[in-house]
Amino acid sequence: MSGVSSDLLAALGRAARRLLFLPPQGSTSAVAIDRLHVLEISVMTTLALAIAIATVAFVWRFHRSRRPGRTPRIVAPRWLEIVVYGGILSFFLAIWWIGVRQYLRFGEAPAGALEVYVTAKQWMWKFGYPDGLTSAGVLYVPAGRPVKLLLTSRDVIHSFYVPDFRIKRDALPGRYTGIWFEALGPGRHDVLCAEMCGTGHSRMRAEVRVLTPRDFEAWRTGGAASRDASRATMVERGRATAIRHGCLQCHTLDGTPATGPTWQGLFGRPVELADGRTLRADEAYLTRSMMDPAAEVVHGFAPIMPSYRGQLAPSETAALVELIKSLRERSNLGGERP
Amino acid sequence: MSATPKSVAPARPEATDYLTVETSIRSWLLPTDHKRIGLLFLCATTAMLVLGGLLAMTMRLELLTPESDLVDPLTYDRLFTLHGVIMVWLFMIPAIPSGFGNFFVPLMLGAREIAFPRLNLASFWIYVLGGAIVLGGLVAGGADTGWTFYPPYSTSSSPTAVVPILIGVFVLGISSTITGLNFIVTVHALRVRGLTWLRMPLFVWSIYATSIILVLATPVLAMALALIAIDAAFGFGIFDPALGGDPILYQHLFWFYSHPAVYIMVLPAMGVISELISTYSRKPVFGYHFVAFSSLAIAVLGFLVWGHHLFVSGQSLYAGLVFSFLSYFVAIPSAIKVFNWTATLYKGSITYHTPMLYAFGFIGLFTIGGLTGLFLAALGIDVHVTDTYFVVAHFHYIMVGGTIMAYLGGMHYWWPKMTGRMYPEGWARLSALVIFLGFNLTFFPQFILGYLGMPRRYHAYPEEFQVLNVLSTAGASVLAAGYLMPMIYFIWSLRYGKIAPANPWGATGLEWKTASPPPLHNFDETPVVTHEAYDYTTVMGEEIEVG
Repeated sequence: MSGVSSDLLAALGRAARRLLFLPPQGSTSAVAIDRLHVLEISVMTTLALAIAIATVAFVWRFHRSRRPGRTPRIVAPRWLEIVVYGGILSFFLAIWWIGVRQYLRFGEAPAGALEVYVTAKQWMWKFGYPDGLTSAGVLYVPAGRPVKLLLTSRDVIHSFYVPDFRIKRDALPGRYTGIWFEALGPGRHDVLCAEMCGTGHSRMRAEVRVLTPRDFEAWRTGGAASRDASRATMVERGRATAIRHGCLQCHTLDGTPATGPTWQGLFGRPVELADGRTLRADEAYLTRSMMDPAAEVVHGFAPIMPSYRGQLAPSETAALVELIKSLRERSNLGGERP
Repeated sequence: MSATPKSVAPARPEATDYLTVETSIRSWLLPTDHKRIGLLFLCATTAMLVLGGLLAMTMRLELLTPESDLVDPLTYDRLFTLHGVIMVWLFMIPAIPSGFGNFFVPLMLGAREIAFPRLNLASFWIYVLGGAIVLGGLVAGGADTGWTFYPPYSTSSSPTAVVPILIGVFVLGISSTITGLNFIVTVHALRVRGLTWLRMPLFVWSIYATSIILVLATPVLAMALALIAIDAAFGFGIFDPALGGDPILYQHLFWFYSHPAVYIMVLPAMGVISELISTYSRKPVFGYHFVAFSSLAIAVLGFLVWGHHLFVSGQSLYAGLVFSFLSYFVAIPSAIKVFNWTATLYKGSITYHTPMLYAFGFIGLFTIGGLTGLFLAALGIDVHVTDTYFVVAHFHYIMVGGTIMAYLGGMHYWWPKMTGRMYPEGWARLSALVIFLGFNLTFFPQFILGYLGMPRRYHAYPEEFQVLNVLSTAGASVLAAGYLMPMIYFIWSLRYGKIAPANPWGATGLEWKTASPPPLHNFDETPVVTHEAYDYTTVMGEEIEVG
């Protein structure tokens, strides 16, 4: 019995989705966002219809041919207006709250998410995995596992948009922004650029290929994957980058005090700044510290670090961030490493 | 509102109205009469509407097919940029305030002139100068950045000359600041005896609220444009991360102006609609105080929501929450207006003159535009639909469905007053209907396109979006035909239209207490106001047969 009714519900859901022209649902967030969308459509349509019906009825009933002459001056009691608009406002705020919860969910990836570095440039998307795999134009991800994207751009602002996942995030030059999703099942989905970036904007497309976890493992351990020429993991490349750019002259990897803060256990930790603020050392903070070190100097250290803006390529920045992440203490390790 | 001396102006020799009092070319190019300046603005902004519309039509034709075939990609990018720049700064912002506002605010206040007539004239010529620079920039190659000019694309990557357009918009800002200042002083200083603040017509309230935004927000735009022009011309890198700048800072500065600018474009339109609803239902606007103060509430709250344009830009999560919260608050004053206009109809004495049809169109389309704004204010949904055709449809329902409907409604409503001639009612009703249908056919499919995931500013798109794009282009053709009709019959009516009486609609505003067209100094005898606005209990204007 319950099986029949759930089948019926599913069929009704499909019909409603077709009626409302909803795109395919490729991720968990797509389901949640469509639900809010349908709720809004229902309530807003009711409101709009109420206004339309009232207008038509009034215009019909009170046309001048039926009511020539003087009209009454009608004044509503103030409490009535306050109750009506208070009611509308509380409905709005209920929607606000649902939207807030979804947005907060977008902001914080669950523990154990697969991390992928996304680099945008005019007019293509490039994807880099922590173990050194890279892929141009195709983002391979496993189904049923959270995937966290760390986005940056090599030139102008782009915006990473997967309509089937209902996610979008700007990719900015010189910074990392993050967003995550969990794909529902194997399949392919379009990636579009949603921020005007030049004549190739409309053609700046890529695709997400969602694989079963087993296929994904197979792809990762050989198969069709193209590796970086050096075949080094991002952590290894991070170490090489740190040596090449002289980072290790002031920062240490093992907790030894030095001119600059040690990188050991830095990631994910609260950092007290010289100006009294406290920040969490996430990807965005680490990137800012490389590009604009004077803005957020750690308490107890001299503001002497030069900016590496223009000197570090996005892939080098990503590799350094991965290196620092690999030095987390076990206690603040978010979960299983991929 | 009622004037004690006379409800109808006396018969007067025709030669003394503001149109015929002086006829030299110089008197038309350098007038200080607020009515003539208003007409100049209406002519100039209407020309810009036509130009912006032609650019849009070209884009719609390109979008008939998924491939890029009619124009090359760079040309397409220039088209949507100039369409935005022209429609926003050369048509929408000045059209109702500088056009109808200039003409009617002093009349509605019972004043003989606007506070600073020469400054007003300067405002017009600065507008012309700014427009000429923008159009010069168009000839010189145009910009391809979108009307938002986001760096670092606009400063370091665009192959086009962005700087002339930026300078042109900067100059246009000077014009609108002066006009705003002029209205604020006029409303404070030149109200006729008996016209207290709470007796002012709602159109004046909305122009007053708009002027406050114009004066406070435009300098921020000027600053942002100046900085980005410096960046683009000299490579200072204020907003370019490759040189140590911050591109998000620009987005904050730009939207700090441009979100209030949305209300600069729609508040005056709301004022027009209040006048129309009241006149054609022969009743005072329901909840006058709520409607009047909602204009001020929009002006204030409109300054606090700019961050809702940056939900996917990487601004802090908590900033996002607050901006979303405030965005719901700014929806309330708009809801107040829509509900109160509808309530005004109750127990009225309603007619279907063309301006009223436009008012109905406004209410319907603005309601859809406003309610879809609530989808965008919901953070989760915004992440999906921002920068897609959903947003394009949303703001066209507000801007075209709202502002242009009110602009056309106002044009028909005040045409007899401005020109002394009636327009042909039958043709006008037909065109209102065509415009309403064409508009919906153009823009409703874009809501669906947006939720399906078609980003804006695309000259080529995935094939599955073609059917909806073809519908939208078909609608745009109907809309264009609808816009063409008033242009023809308005010009026709200048010579062949019936002579208009002083008060063809039986309305109560002071502008209807003087002749059509009004004399040079507006009133032969200065009126005195003894009643609240829209007082239909004591005054019934003469009625004439129209149609």
